[in-house]
Amino acid sequence: MVTLSVNLPGVTTGEIILTFSYLLSAILFVIGLKLMSHPETARRGNLGAGAGMLLVMVTTLLLHRDENGHNIKTGNIIIILVSIVIAGIWASIVARRIKMTAMPQFVSFFNATGGGASALVALIEYSNPANQSTLVTLLGVAVGSLTFSGSMIAYGKLEEKIGNIFSRFMTYFNIGMLLVLSAGILFVLFGNAPFETNKIIVYILCILSFIYGITFVMPIGGADMPVVISLLNSFSGIAAAMAGFIYHNQAMILGGILVGSAGMILTILMCRAMNRSLLNVLVGSFGGGGKAIDKEKGIIREISVSDASVLLNYSKRVVIVPGYGMAIAQAQHVCSELARLLENNGVDVKFAIHPVAGRMPGHMNVLLAEAKVPYDKLVEMDVINPLLPDTDVALVIGANDVVNPAALNDPSSPIYGMPIIRTHEAKNVIVMKRGMGKGYAAIENFLFFADNTRMLFGNAKDSLQKLINEIKKL
Amino acid sequence: MENILLFFFEKKDAIFIIVLSIFLGFEVIGNVPSILHTPLMSGANAISGISIIGGIILVGHADISTINLKLILGIVAVMFGAINVFGGFVVTDRMLEMFKKKKKR
Repeated sequence: MVTLSVNLPGVTTGEIILTFSYLLSAILFVIGLKLMSHPETARRGNLGAGAGMLLVMVTTLLLHRDENGHNIKTGNIIIILVSIVIAGIWASIVARRIKMTAMPQFVSFFNATGGGASALVALIEYSNPANQSTLVTLLGVAVGSLTFSGSMIAYGKLEEKIGNIFSRFMTYFNIGMLLVLSAGILFVLFGNAPFETNKIIVYILCILSFIYGITFVMPIGGADMPVVISLLNSFSGIAAAMAGFIYHNQAMILGGILVGSAGMILTILMCRAMNRSLLNVLVGSFGGGGKAIDKEKGIIREISVSDASVLLNYSKRVVIVPGYGMAIAQAQHVCSELARLLENNGVDVKFAIHPVAGRMPGHMNVLLAEAKVPYDKLVEMDVINPLLPDTDVALVIGANDVVNPAALNDPSSPIYGMPIIRTHEAKNVIVMKRGMGKGYAAIENFLFFADNTRMLFGNAKDSLQKLINEIKKL
Repeated sequence: MENILLFFFEKKDAIFIIVLSIFLGFEVIGNVPSILHTPLMSGANAISGISIIGGIILVGHADISTINLKLILGIVAVMFGAINVFGGFVVTDRMLEMFKKKKKR
């Protein structure tokens, strides 16, 4: 290593090690994410990516030099370490303690802090005369800032501390905001204004982006949350990549862009699962309003707990379709218990998971995994649908729009074209529901009126417990 | 126009990395099964805390003899980044720990 530094004038051993550590961590990020695409290896992948992160943190702290070739001084190292330790320990404790049902909001919260960090880094670097990447810096400030406030609003909504505000006015306001932000960026880039003026404008841009993040997430309703969370996740990656661009730091650029693509893929998948365009979700034309078509509804038929338990217990195959209602009722554990009980009695039990069930991508899978349902029991929509005609009972727990046959056969319905779990094709359908309220899309669900459907009204957790008790008596 | 071309030539390395990373990202993550969507998102989310490196560089070379805006904002950036990194990886690990295959009897 020492001889290397002699052969390369102006390059120190430290800089070489630092560069190699960036390369190594970039490799760890890629391999980590790759391993995370299979349940068997996912945990190792996450640890690998974490190790890559720790590595660059340590090497940057010890080996980074500024333009004048000065290392980071001991005093600064102590300040940084104290900050990291305080924030890191607090975050680790929070991450250990939160309930699995609260997962969407905390993913959102952590995402907010990442966006905030990128925004601050870009904001300070704007004033650094050595920084020549004005465009990238401005994008970092804007995207980071709106990721921060947008994710915080998403957090508040998922915690149910913030409601939805929707009006046409918000749509126009948001379009106006986008135009103002773009104009501001163009002005700083090409306006030839004095530096001090530009600096003030950049701070204003940061604040405006912050406000835009709020007004952009505010009108988006609950069931669209998986799309918004994925999108904000993508933004936080893009902001990090922009910050990396400022420092010409390859590990930051690669890490950020990987996150950006991952978030984008999920956003596209989520939109596709709802058969809507991203623009349509963002403009928020959904929820309420839709041209409600009142066909002949038919009659609602209820089923008693004892009848339901007999039906379930003497079936060959039962498919359980969970939705956000199961999460609200915290019913995943009793649900898992019911499944195990039925399995022990010789019933083939599977869980059918719709891609947008719940409030974030894969929400139901996490909840059921927490309740110790083995992941090979969790079946994706496209795989389960062909099995449904051979299914004796489809048990719908707190899901609504994702099983609404109107998506298949009613072109006037707002959800027409959305892929659904075809529970109506099962021999019997039992729908567990709190009341006759409509789903997120606020449209009638004709599944509830079908001849093969029986309703079991009540809190999902209580009803499932009653079912378990009845089946044990059989 | 000249500005844009100049920008492209000056930053070509970074631009190459960005473009190739986009393809790499889509390839690596493209076929993740839906049961892993949440952990993937949360793990990727933790990686976006990489901007902590920017915070470390900022605070590392900041003047600590006086309390100044750069120092304070830098410390906030480091703390935000640390929350993102540690919270993200820990929460992802906790989720993945739960994903188990059925035990064979």
